[in-house]
Amino acid sequence: MSNSGTPVRPSPAKKRAALTAGISISALLLTGCVQSQREENTGTEGEGAVDTTFVFAASADPKSLDPAFASDGESFRVSRQIFEGLVGVEPGTADPAPLLAESWETAEDGLSTTFALKEGVTFHDGTDFNAEAVCFNFDRWYNWTGVQQAETVSYYYGSLFRGFADSPEEAVYESCEANGDSEVTINLAKPFAGFVPALSLPAFAMQSPTALEEFSADEIGGSEESPTLSEYALGNPVGTGPFKFDSWEVGQQLELSIYEDYWGDKGQITNTIFRIIDDPQARRQALEAGTIDGYDLVAPADTASLADAGYNIVPRDPFTILYLGMNHAVPELADPLVRQAIAHAIDKQALVDQTLPEGTEVATQFIPDVVDGFNEEVTTYDFDPERAKELLAEAGYPDGFEVQFNYPTNVSRPYMPTPEQVFTNLTAQLGEVGITVTPAPAAWSPDYLNQVQGTPDHGLHLLGWTGDYNDTDNFIGVFFGQEKLEFGFNNPELFAALTEARGMTDREEQTAAYEEINEQIAEFNPAIPLAHPAPSLAFAPRVTSYPASPVNDEVFTDIELSE
Amino acid sequence: MLRVIGKRIALLIPTLFGLSILLFLWVRSLPGGPATALLGEKATPEAVARVNELYGFDRPLLTQYFTYIGKLLQGDFGVSINTGRPVLEEFATRFPATIELTVIALIFAIGVGIPLGYFAARYYGRFVDHSSVVLSLIGITVPVFFLAFILKYLFAIQWPILPPDGRQNPRIDATHVTDFYVLDGLLTGEWDAAWDAFLHLILPGLALGTIPLAIIVRITRASVLEVQNADYVRTARAKGLLERTIRGRFVLRNAMLPVVTTIGLQLGLLISGAVLTETVFAFNGIGRFLRDAIFGLDYPVLQGFIIFIAILYAFINLIVDLSYSVIDPRVRVQ
Repeated sequence: MSNSGTPVRPSPAKKRAALTAGISISALLLTGCVQSQREENTGTEGEGAVDTTFVFAASADPKSLDPAFASDGESFRVSRQIFEGLVGVEPGTADPAPLLAESWETAEDGLSTTFALKEGVTFHDGTDFNAEAVCFNFDRWYNWTGVQQAETVSYYYGSLFRGFADSPEEAVYESCEANGDSEVTINLAKPFAGFVPALSLPAFAMQSPTALEEFSADEIGGSEESPTLSEYALGNPVGTGPFKFDSWEVGQQLELSIYEDYWGDKGQITNTIFRIIDDPQARRQALEAGTIDGYDLVAPADTASLADAGYNIVPRDPFTILYLGMNHAVPELADPLVRQAIAHAIDKQALVDQTLPEGTEVATQFIPDVVDGFNEEVTTYDFDPERAKELLAEAGYPDGFEVQFNYPTNVSRPYMPTPEQVFTNLTAQLGEVGITVTPAPAAWSPDYLNQVQGTPDHGLHLLGWTGDYNDTDNFIGVFFGQEKLEFGFNNPELFAALTEARGMTDREEQTAAYEEINEQIAEFNPAIPLAHPAPSLAFAPRVTSYPASPVNDEVFTDIELSE
Repeated sequence: MLRVIGKRIALLIPTLFGLSILLFLWVRSLPGGPATALLGEKATPEAVARVNELYGFDRPLLTQYFTYIGKLLQGDFGVSINTGRPVLEEFATRFPATIELTVIALIFAIGVGIPLGYFAARYYGRFVDHSSVVLSLIGITVPVFFLAFILKYLFAIQWPILPPDGRQNPRIDATHVTDFYVLDGLLTGEWDAAWDAFLHLILPGLALGTIPLAIIVRITRASVLEVQNADYVRTARAKGLLERTIRGRFVLRNAMLPVVTTIGLQLGLLISGAVLTETVFAFNGIGRFLRDAIFGLDYPVLQGFIIFIAILYAFINLIVDLSYSVIDPRVRVQ
């Protein structure tokens, strides 16, 4: 077609109009071109009914949905809803209680335990939970190799069962026998008094053998530098717990819904959403804005104001220890007199009142009183600045001395919500007796941890621990069981006593041994136990009951909602 | 034009290569290591040593570097040490969030900044001018995180009209197709989800857009002031052209060159601002992910991210350069 004459240039107004029209048309065409996956009839309860969706703010994504390959609190918080172990926890305590195993019996020699399993339990994929499934799980752990054995991957199995199939001489586990469907015997190669309580850890929860195989749960280690998560750990966890996994938008939220065939009481909640909010301040604001129903590790400074505003503050019984480490590689701190002087210089009660959450207890030793081996009559160093000055003079420092004080910044741990405040408080107290500190703040990870645990270059420092289950070795064995750069001392007597106590099979005998060890530690005074801080949770007014547990064994079926 | 683009890309290759070496050595010279960060209180020296051995961090740096670069050349950015997922996949799921946020911030900065700067210059020395100067000074001096806190406190807590955190209300059942949440809502016809996602963008968008806004105001003002006193504008006026034509075709268009350059440069700043904004608003984008990578010394993520940003930066600059010739036909790309 030929078109002679002047070409017509569209005016800017026409161009604009055409563009607008174009955009509108394409928008219309695009709209609805993708199928919405919305389910019909969600949230259509009648007026006054309870909203059965519970939103909890987590401080981070779970590291893995496979609890056997996890050791962090946020992974365990989620896996406690999806999975159950053979052994549970007596509500509100740290003591073992029946769960998937209705009862158990340990042989005289402590080397074999027979569990009677609950019947009629199914995994979320419909397969049966039985003795065979139990053995499958135990054998799975035992047969891990290579990077699967790394502490960052399978911390709990490695540290409690000590060895794998390729290192049987160290291994605690030996074999598993299924006696029919509902009875199983676990044979150990070495006595392990903490065996039954240890099974309450989510890391030893029972997982569906079918799902573990189908989604290649053990296929990790795909890269040179770091293990990849398996398909199972990324999005296909299958347990026997009250909630089953729905979806996980990394960094955003993780959703669970009730498992209709759950064997136990299903409670009120039908949907659980874990919203990932890493900033503590932001978690509090999200609660105030009503986007979440609750969060963990409330800052001590926030508890009073939140409670006044009508929020429910739920403290946990403390299962933690915060201590002041003293590096014996520093000549002054190697002197027992100086360490005693520091112990006398600290007013623990004032520290607790001024810097730690309500419910915190002053510590006399390195384990909370609910743990076996707690010694009521342990040697204590009462707050006595005059005595402290005398001891310093006796040690040859009549005018005090200067020492580096390492503390982490911008971090909250369950045993230390605000390290900066603890540091300031202790600095002032030490100043009273003439000990001048050089502040050495560092970012928690990896700077601080590396400096304090991996180098001898530190003086006084703050650190602590949150217990995993009722096991004394899990506290004092971790701290003082071997020579460490953190404390810089070598006390073969103490190391030997701890090793011996760990291997004892008789619980009473073991408890007595730990009581003695606690006294031994108190006299040696390698570090100062400061407090057992009680972490607390905050909830919206509609959350009328929450099953706070010292060991974080909190299953959401026990939550009660009023609206 | 194509030759220019080709040449720019060719120049990028040695730059990225050099950058990869520097980066590799730098992240590994930082104290501590990913094993310490991952293990936390459980980081005994033996545990750290064993993890380093199993992960391969104890091998000679040169070996590690060649393994890394070999994979990188095949498009494999490695696996995040913190999350156990491929780095590229992590970027892909979070990048749409940051793009959404950046676009809102830029629309705000450009949409308000250019008119404000223009009117400040036009009414030079009068009230509009003075207030725009004061506002832009405040915008430049107030730190992003502080502004973010204030905005959040005022409009999400004190007067809760906007959501305080996240990208979408957790209770909304939304279908996600592209991971651009607003777009997803429009595509699926889930209007409430789109609207909710948009509301979630407003506060972080304002916080993030304020610094570029302030800079754009100042540059526009200065540039318009210079152009409106130029000889050719005086000539145009002497010719008796309509004031509207003079302002639109002569002043504004000619004043835009430095502004466009500035906007290009601001894009890089927006990414760094996003680290702070996304943290305050628990907004799941690249910025927050990068922060976690820094604290966890997540080598593969840090390396991948910086290389990725370098490429992005290079392309933004190329686009800015090419856009000059569109705005000012006298500038020819050579």
